[in-house]
Amino acid sequence: MDIQGRKLIKIATAGSVDDGKSTLIGRLLYDTNSLTTDKIEAIERNSKQRGYDYLDFSLATDGLVAEREQGITIDVAHIYFNTDKTNFIVADTPGHVEYTRNMVTGASTSQVAVILIDARKGVIEQTYRHFFISNLLRISHVVVAINKMDLVDYSEDVFLKIKSDFDALVEKSNFHEDQITFIPVSALKGENVTRKSEHMPWYVGNTLLDHLEILEPEDLQERSVARFPVQYVIRPKTEAYHDFRGFSGKLHGHSLKVGDEVTVLPSGNKSKIKSIEFFDQKLEWVAAGASVTITLEDEVDCSRGDMIVRAGEEPKSEKAISATLCQVNSKALKVGGKYILQHGVNRVLAKVDQIESRIHTDFSGGEEADQLRLNDIGRVHFRLSKPIHFDSYETSKSNGAFILIDEGTYDTVSVGFIN
Amino acid sequence: MENLFIPNPKEAESIQILREVAAQFERPVLLFSGGKDSITLVRLAQKAFFPAKIPFPLLHVDTGHNFPETIEFRDNLVKELGLELIVRNVQDSIDQGKVREERGRYASRNTLQTTTLLDAIEEFKFDACIGGARRDEEKARAKERVFSVRDDFGQWDEKNQRPELFDMLNGKIHVGQNVRCFPISNWTELDVWEYIRTENIAIPSIYFAHKREVFFRDGMIWTANEHVFREAHEEVVEKMVRFRTVGDMTCTAAVLSEAVSLDDVVSEIRLSTISERGARIDDKRSEAAMETRKKVGYF
Repeated sequence: MDIQGRKLIKIATAGSVDDGKSTLIGRLLYDTNSLTTDKIEAIERNSKQRGYDYLDFSLATDGLVAEREQGITIDVAHIYFNTDKTNFIVADTPGHVEYTRNMVTGASTSQVAVILIDARKGVIEQTYRHFFISNLLRISHVVVAINKMDLVDYSEDVFLKIKSDFDALVEKSNFHEDQITFIPVSALKGENVTRKSEHMPWYVGNTLLDHLEILEPEDLQERSVARFPVQYVIRPKTEAYHDFRGFSGKLHGHSLKVGDEVTVLPSGNKSKIKSIEFFDQKLEWVAAGASVTITLEDEVDCSRGDMIVRAGEEPKSEKAISATLCQVNSKALKVGGKYILQHGVNRVLAKVDQIESRIHTDFSGGEEADQLRLNDIGRVHFRLSKPIHFDSYETSKSNGAFILIDEGTYDTVSVGFIN
Repeated sequence: MENLFIPNPKEAESIQILREVAAQFERPVLLFSGGKDSITLVRLAQKAFFPAKIPFPLLHVDTGHNFPETIEFRDNLVKELGLELIVRNVQDSIDQGKVREERGRYASRNTLQTTTLLDAIEEFKFDACIGGARRDEEKARAKERVFSVRDDFGQWDEKNQRPELFDMLNGKIHVGQNVRCFPISNWTELDVWEYIRTENIAIPSIYFAHKREVFFRDGMIWTANEHVFREAHEEVVEKMVRFRTVGDMTCTAAVLSEAVSLDDVVSEIRLSTISERGARIDDKRSEAAMETRKKVGYF
């Protein structure tokens, strides 16, 4: 539950230029009364200034000066709105050249992807890419919003044709059919966004908002094994807590209980959970997602970057890994390149051993490559200075992903998904 | 499922971020204004490091035009929690001739804070400044990172930001750079108020409705006192008001309100149709006001 007792759903939106994504989000905000009077006034003023005879909701989301001047979105923007039952966080990712980087970034923190398709254009190359990324990041649920239905006479045939083209993509992916939902909408006119459309009686499903509201965070959450990466060691050194030595971090994948037998990595030392503490509360049993402090029965060596797991559920520990990589910086990744690899909160040095292939984002396979440029996705082999304690991304999102940091600029240049 | 502790996801995320700040930087500082967002940060920091003390000091950049209620609150909080407080004054930057006081109808020290802040960062060699900014406040902030790298001049290069993937935070910086860290990026104004209510966190009295001498200008309610420029024809009246933010008096407008308790405030916010920054006079200066200030090192 979120702060207000509402559930929290995180959404990434994906669309190409001009398919009405900003309008759709603006419409969601407007119809849920999430736009305040001063924001609506600003939208009215701006729309009038530009000579539009309708309210341009896209102005509600386009943030930076350069974007307003050019009428495009250049970075991931975060948008917040809520209904009585649900708090939503939308990562709005722009749909032009730097698309892959932005969508990967937005999707990495989201459970649901809303992919927009212009009903007049149908499934296009961009759609392949959006869906490919949703598949690569193992997004839990995909909504395909077929927009601008008003411009195709609200035709069921158009909707069905697009759905069947999209289904062909689903077959090439790891998604199950029940993870994908198709909704015909008109963002501009507000049809099937929050209000059921009278123009499309043939559509019997939920409106977009109703659909997003019935999703349950628990169903969207990953179920794997408990991973507790140690962020910070707490040693108060005060009279009252003289011997206190707590390991703080955020738990992923599964719950943990007091009394659980654990292994501390990399030392491999075994112990038992003595207490789980959260501020002034002592907890017996904590669910994944909790930021807590754990104390152990035994004095074991454990510091930042180490990992506490349940005994018998140890992850792999290796000095050579292979991963699917997405390049998110304009500096290309090359064989022999050295980077700082950040895996959760742990950092090691990594060297690119081999670039196996560059992967096409249209599900058509890959090709040989000697480097990965910005927005490229490829399969890469690394050698590490020290072993990391990982799972495959397929088994554990939190323990199967990493970023690469450039040793010179310290920029985040790539994100990796361990195979 | 008895006794299973289910976390509040936004609170857990903020605590994770605060621990990353403490772990990744040598000299972090928490920018404390006495406002509800920085007060929330203090509570989150208590939770992140308990039973140890918060491992960084608070820095207050005082414009000299703060509401006295805020200053009193600040001093009490610091005493109660045994925190270290550093105060740096905009008046000193003015006296040193580094900035010039604005004059006239909309004179404010709000933008002058930037110089004082940058000087303090240099004086104490802070490498991370923790702030209570939220992405829902303003559209330029919607694109702000959780760890936002600033150069030696405190500048924000919005086109060259590091992408932030999953919850992995990259705080690697070069000498001279510093990072602005925003643990409650993903909270909304309502989230903050609900949290303050749930946790029963004390806040300055000016957040609640009280009688105050005010005057009306441009459809907004201004505090009437010696710090705020007022023209002869602008009539002073007494009204029941409260503040939604507690910035500098010269740029913080009041709203008419009868909300005297946290419950009242929360219901008022829920029904409210004016966004919080709508009551910030500094943002009305131009549509790109916030973005322009951020680029030169403002929070």
